[in-house]
This record gives sequence, C-alpha cells and structure tokens, in this order.
Amino acid sequence: MADTAPKNAIEVKNLDFYYGKFQGLKKINLNIQENAVTAFIGPSGCGKSTLLRTLNRMYSLYPGQHAEGEILFYGRNILDKSQDLNLLRAQIGMVFQKPTPFPMSIYDNIAFGIRLYENLARSEMDDRVESALQKAAIWNEVKDKLGQSGLSLSGGQQQRLCIARTVAVRPKVILLDEPTSALDPISTSKVEELINELKKEYTVAIVTHNMQQAARVSDFTAYMYLGDMVEFGVTEQIFFKPQRKETEDYITGRFG
Amino acid sequence: MTNNMDLNIYRRRRLANFWGLLTSMLAMAIGLAVLFWILFVLFSNGFASLDWNMFTKDTPAPGTEGGGLRNAIVGSLMIVGLTVLVATPVGILAGIYMAEYGDTSFTANTTRFVTDIMLSAPSIVIGLFVYAIAVATLGTFSGYAGSLALTLIAIPVVMRTTENMLRLVPGSLREAAFALGAPRWKVSLSVTLRAAKNGVITGLLLAVARISGETAPLLFTALNNQFFNSDMGSPMANLPVVIFQYAMSPYDNWIRLAWGGALLVTMAVLLLNIMARIFFRNKEVG
Repeated sequence: MADTAPKNAIEVKNLDFYYGKFQGLKKINLNIQENAVTAFIGPSGCGKSTLLRTLNRMYSLYPGQHAEGEILFYGRNILDKSQDLNLLRAQIGMVFQKPTPFPMSIYDNIAFGIRLYENLARSEMDDRVESALQKAAIWNEVKDKLGQSGLSLSGGQQQRLCIARTVAVRPKVILLDEPTSALDPISTSKVEELINELKKEYTVAIVTHNMQQAARVSDFTAYMYLGDMVEFGVTEQIFFKPQRKETEDYITGRFG
Repeated sequence: MTNNMDLNIYRRRRLANFWGLLTSMLAMAIGLAVLFWILFVLFSNGFASLDWNMFTKDTPAPGTEGGGLRNAIVGSLMIVGLTVLVATPVGILAGIYMAEYGDTSFTANTTRFVTDIMLSAPSIVIGLFVYAIAVATLGTFSGYAGSLALTLIAIPVVMRTTENMLRLVPGSLREAAFALGAPRWKVSLSVTLRAAKNGVITGLLLAVARISGETAPLLFTALNNQFFNSDMGSPMANLPVVIFQYAMSPYDNWIRLAWGGALLVTMAVLLLNIMARIFFRNKEVG
C-alpha cells in the first residue's frame, strides 16, 4: 500500500550551512512530512532558525551566507542555482517572530501577496481576502474595518493577520519562526489552535523556544544543539522516550 | 550598607552635576539669544515693509518709487518648483538604490562618499560649475540654469535622507515581503518606501527649505531680471538674488523690499520646517 504511505514535502539531505566562515548547520538530515507539524527545538543559537531559513532560501538575501547539500521540495533541489527564489517563497511561506504587518490597510495586507501572482477581479479578490482571514481565525474581529491600517491591530491580531497573509497566497508549506514568542498567553493559544487547523491543508514547520508548545502542536520534533541534529522523531517519542541522553536532559530541564 | 556610603563622593558628584547643567544651559541660552535677535531684527524690519504692493508690483527701476517683488516671487517659485520636480524622483530612486540594492557594494559606497562631499560642497562652487557648463556655453543666464544648480544641491540631501529613512525600516518587514515571493523592486516600492514615507517627505521638505534661501548658485545662473518673466530660458528674477542686490543699494524703497523679501523667504523656510516636523512626528502611523 505505497499510496497511503505519508509523503514528504521536504527532504533535507546532508545540509551544511555557513555564515561566512562559521558553520551554523552540520550535516543535517531530516524529512518534513506532508500535512503534519514538525517542530524544531533547542537552546538559543542551536541553528533551528537557521535551518528554517534555509527552507525558503531566506538566507540568500544576505551575501556571505551559503548552504551546501540538498533540500528536496517535492523532489526538486531548491538549493539549485536555477531555482527562482520568488516562486519558491510563494510556495513556502513564512511567519516571523515579531508580527510584521505592512504599512497599508488590513485588506491590502492580504491582497498584496495575491496580486503578485494572480490577476483577480474585485469580487474574487474580496472572496480570497475573506477566506484567508477566516482561515487565520481573525475574520470576525476585522470584517468591519478592512480599510483600517494593519498597524492598528493588537499584537496577537497582527500575528494572525500575518498568518492570513501567508495563507492567502496558497503555499504548500508554512514556516513559523517562533510565531508566539511576542504574544500573550491568550493570543498564543489562539495561534496554536490555528496551527492545528492549518495542518489539514498545509505542511507546517515551526521553530519554538517553548517545549510545551512543541509538545502540544507538533507531530514530529527535532532537537538541535550547536548546529547538529541531535534527535529527530515522532513528538511523543522525543518527549517521553528520547533515545539520546542530551535530548532527555534538555527536555527535562537539566540543561538549556 | 548605608554606613559604608561616602557622603563626600556624593556631594562632589552633585556639585559636578550642577555645574554641568549650568554650563549647558548657558550655552543653549547663547544660541537661542542669537536666533531670537536675528528673528527680532528681521520681523521688525520685514513686517514694517510688508504691504500688498509687494505681491502685485514688479521690482522697480533705479530711482523710481514704490514697486514690489511679484516677479521675484514667481521666479523663485518656478525655479524651486522645477528643482523639486527633478530632484524628487532622482533623489528618492538613488536613495532606494543605496539602501535596498547597492548596500555595501563598491558602487554604493563610492556614490555615498561622493554624495557626502556634495552635501558639504560650498554652494558657490556649484553655481560656478553650472555657470561654466551651462551659462557660458549657451551664452545666456537662465531660470533653467538656476534650477540645475539648485537640483545639484537638492539631490544629495534627498538621496541621503531617503537612504537613512529606509535603513530605519526593520529588516523583518523586508523579509516578510520577500517571504511572500515579492520581487525586490516590489518590496522596495510597496513596502519599505511606504513604511518610510513620512521620513522621506520630511527629507524632501528640508531639501526645499535648504534651496529656497540659496543665493550664490543663482547669482551665476538665473541672475536677475527687473521685469516679470515666466520664460525659464532667459534670466529670471528670484528672491535671494533680489535681496542680495537690493539690501546693499542706496535706495530706501529697494532696502525696504529686501527686508520684505527676507521675511518672505524666512517664513517659507519656517513653514516648511514646521510641516517637516509634523510629518516626522506622524512617522509611526502608517
């Protein structure tokens, strides 16, 4: 029954990453399963954000940073020179630690990404904007003020607006880089519920400092330390029966 | 703990603090006093000479009574207007290049260095340069030449403020736009420039304020014109040069007009600065 076996959206193979001469990631191997949530945990500076930022080639904005190895996105190596970065990022979306609403209306914040690749009539665009805001569970809060600046929303709302903006361009994968570390507990739980919804349609990879959050939202967890992938597996196993001593020490709070 | 405190050290520190505060307040008072003195002399002479004729009559011939500054006001507006029209797009686009595209590349660094020299270049040198390349070769002073000289002064100001304002935009906002698959030009124009909009407008207004009082570059280029003239291809009256020539003349009505002109220019610059402040204050509100 090969058909029902879960597919991998992304396969990372022997990935090395360098900030100039400093090696940030060492021989990383990892599969990110389709329609599942994969969490990256580990102490600050362990490379978890670096790994996330290789997946949409965000590092390519900065000269001096480069990656070696392979990252297969549905079989295609995105580290290849011929990879078009704009098209890649339209398929692999990203939400950042701090909410980053654009200095424009709530409506235009969502429409911005759609307009880049699609030419829609006003009514179709309205539908797309509404459905994106609904998927990010923020529609009811903003439906009467779509013309207001995105900056006028609260921090938690801004973050959900950013998720809606990412969802609106219909990516296959959504990368979340500590999406709740700047939010209060109520906003955090809303975003976590949202992540559970998102995985039905999208593949999600999340970097988090909060181990309880990783345990709550993810299906797979990768524990990283100093640029190494220490352990990777099903979340329950990582949290309850870690194979490696280092992982257990970190999870139980004896280290980190 | 409290027993170990050396009250002498504390007293000495208080005294040092007192003297520091006193000297800096004195320095500020000297600066302010000079500024108010200038404004007082300007306002008392300027307002005394201000009347409606100033806006409806042209500069008078030597020995004739009355007259106004209509031709000079219109000339200044046209010359500065054309300058803004040219310097705005060039300065903003160059600023975008330096902040978003060039960054620390050789071209950008060289441009930045040259721009900084241009920023501090004496304006009389720029006037002479335009005289040599435009006025001497074409054989006539003109409003266009005046605009060219002012444009050369304004572009570096607009460029550098645009660049600095764009650099204040957090990198995360840029990354967020790239993360949606937006190409760099779209990120620069629709997201970063928009986020820096009020700062850039502030820079523009300050550049206009800077050039509206420039005299030296216009002396060699637009020269002056006693008559009303809206043809920028010929010599053109303008406020700074009229002030310069009339203030030192032997005629009372000319001196009166020079004060009136000085007041107009100062008020315009003051207004531009106030507008710039208002825009900059609203910087955070997208």
